[in-house]
Amino acid sequence: MLAGGAVAGLGACSFPPARPPVPGGRLRVATGVSSTADTLDPAKQGVVTDYCRGNMFYNGLTRLDATLRAQPELAVAIETRDARTWTIRLRDGVRFHDGRPLDARDVVWSLGRHRDPAVGSKARIFADRFADIRALSPDTVRITLDGPNADLPVILGIPQFLIVRDGTTRFETANGTGPFRCTEFLPGVRSIGTRNDDYWRGPVRLGEVELFSIADDSARINALLSGDVDLINAINPRIVRQLQAAGFAVMESKTGGYTDLVMRLDRAPGRNRDFIAGMKALLDRKTMQSAIFRGYATIANDQPIPPANPYHAADLPQRAFDPDRARHHFAKAGMLGTTVPVVTSSAAEKSDDMGVLLQDAARRAGLNLDLRRVPADGYWTNSWMKVPVGFGNVNPRPTADIIFTQFFSSDAPWNESGWHDPRFDRMLLEARASTDEALRRRIYGEMQHRIHDHAGVGIPLFLSLLDAHHPRVKGLKPMPSGGLMGFDFAQHVWLEDA
Amino acid sequence: MNPLFGMIARRLLIALGTMVLVSLAVFATSLLIEGDVAEAILGQSATPQALAGLRAAMHLDQPAWARYLDWAGGMVAGDPGTSLVTGLPVAALIGPRLGNSLALAGVTALVAVPLALTLGIAAAVRRGTLFDRAISLGTIAIVSVPEFLVATLLVMVFAVKLRWLPALSSMRDVGSMGDMARMFVLPVAALACVVIAQMVRMTRAAVIDALASSYAEAARLKGVAPRRLVLSHALPNAVGPIANAVALSLSTLLGGVIVIEIIFNYPGVARLMVDAVAMRDMPLVLSVAMIFCASYLLLVTVADIVAILANPRLRHR
Repeated sequence: MLAGGAVAGLGACSFPPARPPVPGGRLRVATGVSSTADTLDPAKQGVVTDYCRGNMFYNGLTRLDATLRAQPELAVAIETRDARTWTIRLRDGVRFHDGRPLDARDVVWSLGRHRDPAVGSKARIFADRFADIRALSPDTVRITLDGPNADLPVILGIPQFLIVRDGTTRFETANGTGPFRCTEFLPGVRSIGTRNDDYWRGPVRLGEVELFSIADDSARINALLSGDVDLINAINPRIVRQLQAAGFAVMESKTGGYTDLVMRLDRAPGRNRDFIAGMKALLDRKTMQSAIFRGYATIANDQPIPPANPYHAADLPQRAFDPDRARHHFAKAGMLGTTVPVVTSSAAEKSDDMGVLLQDAARRAGLNLDLRRVPADGYWTNSWMKVPVGFGNVNPRPTADIIFTQFFSSDAPWNESGWHDPRFDRMLLEARASTDEALRRRIYGEMQHRIHDHAGVGIPLFLSLLDAHHPRVKGLKPMPSGGLMGFDFAQHVWLEDA
Repeated sequence: MNPLFGMIARRLLIALGTMVLVSLAVFATSLLIEGDVAEAILGQSATPQALAGLRAAMHLDQPAWARYLDWAGGMVAGDPGTSLVTGLPVAALIGPRLGNSLALAGVTALVAVPLALTLGIAAAVRRGTLFDRAISLGTIAIVSVPEFLVATLLVMVFAVKLRWLPALSSMRDVGSMGDMARMFVLPVAALACVVIAQMVRMTRAAVIDALASSYAEAARLKGVAPRRLVLSHALPNAVGPIANAVALSLSTLLGGVIVIEIIFNYPGVARLMVDAVAMRDMPLVLSVAMIFCASYLLLVTVADIVAILANPRLRHR
């Protein structure tokens, strides 16, 4: 009956009864991505829709706040002396949807299962660092890492580490501790959450959330305009004004995601450092910000740590758009009048447009850029990090350590420009092991300087995420961890007329 | 024995063979696509160890022929297997969506076929008149506009501006026949635009052909009334090509409506197929491909049978 009965009903000539209004109201949310890969298994979550669904039904040990610091959720205290052995005390009086109280075994199971390859966890790279996870008492868990990492509380707040009940292996429905109970889950169709009156924070205000996706941008907008949905994500900056004129609200979340110019340092022309310096001076950030993103982007400074991150190096002088300086560098490199191919793709958001602006600026500096647009399909395997000059796109990451480890250390899996800096690698380990805030701030500051000066990437802007909603949806606030209130709108918003 | 039964039996046999070939072709093609389901699931987190572990857990480390036989054996026994991505039975994933797709295709056929036949016959009878030209021009115009544009325009006018109809067709709050009808209006209208043109043009051409034949001429000289001339002399001979045109048009209604399913957020099998291919979920891909193949063969066979039944010459051969 659950299985699309309302739609298939025509064939069977049976109709479900009209549904009575829900106390607290029913919020209908349409995101841009969903497929049969939709999952209730936190370990497999990979897209916005998954994260939103997961946060409806589950809680994490911690959750990131508006400054990207970890706040306790199911954990009330996380303590360590050496950043290696961590003791986690669990919140009292938390119950799963099936009524069973939360205890340490649930946490041991939820974190431990990521190490099993058959689970297919997207967080295995983090879980493999858990050398031992042990229940010390019903409300205390001890995690021993294979090396010190002061960021563990933040890592425990990533979406894949939501807490499921001990022994859960099947995820046709969700048994979590979250603010909503799962009353319907059809992968690629919809998820429905009904208010959990037994929620440990106290019941939330919404009565019900219906979460589904409309992949087509204009269809999603039309559904909002026609009143068929209340909240949508992934708005194109170009239509913000029209939506606002029609009486709808648009929320901008300033995140740390970016589209970057990637110049391989291990082959020509990036082997010549003057080419790199010249190209970085050709990024016209202000024009990109206003013309391509209509202002919904933040000026960046060729380093990946966004202003919302506590370790952002604000003292790093802003690199200016300077074609004369670029010409000087290109002349030094003996490249004036030569032609350099640059690969762009719609896979790297807006890189096609950025390429055009860059080409125009390069002409003024005496360099010809040969723009090669390639299809999005297969871009990440065939072109990204393989062509000498191209574009990449990086989603927001919660900590400086994760960004540096995944994208900038010498052995990083996505070391986009092929940058090797032994000092940077040493600093990364030193900061990871240290719980001394001042020291970490100093180290991370210098690491950003090194990327700004030497890496083969130009990061012109941090991109904002735009959501739009009906004015009757109240309580939405932008979060730096992601759109839709850091994927956690469901427990915070309410409907004005319900 | 009635020759019709012999033909049906022969057709069924050929259909079975065709389906085996198609399943082999689909499976072979899937081996050519880069990436597998384990890579699709892990995405950026696909480290070599994680991939190896997940592949072993999904039996992807077995040789290709063993995986194919595993699926085919299950299919013969009536069990199309388990989706690798969701872990749910393939039948449970397909079932409700197939119902949805059949409902949409059925309603569209009920609207589009009578309308197309009527327009086609009327245009043929009044060949060369203003009416005929209007029909011809109109069908060409509609078939030339891409369906996503038709669908989006319909939504903008009837859902956004006028607010008469819902923009989405996946709503749960269906309480009455009226709600159901409202939900179907826009997708059916958009789909009808896509399939009607072809049927109208084929019907018109077939009827004109029949009307120009010598037996129609003879009937006309004999003094048969125009209405009877069209309905009982020309039409039976035109039914063959018309039925074929209808079958071809309708066969796109099941698998070829991805655009409509996305714009109206209608959970049907076309979207399921696209998802399955994107995730390289082979048991699901193969099973849906079999459905598309079977429905196509069924429609074509039905069209042939209709042509035979309608035409006395073929019936008694």
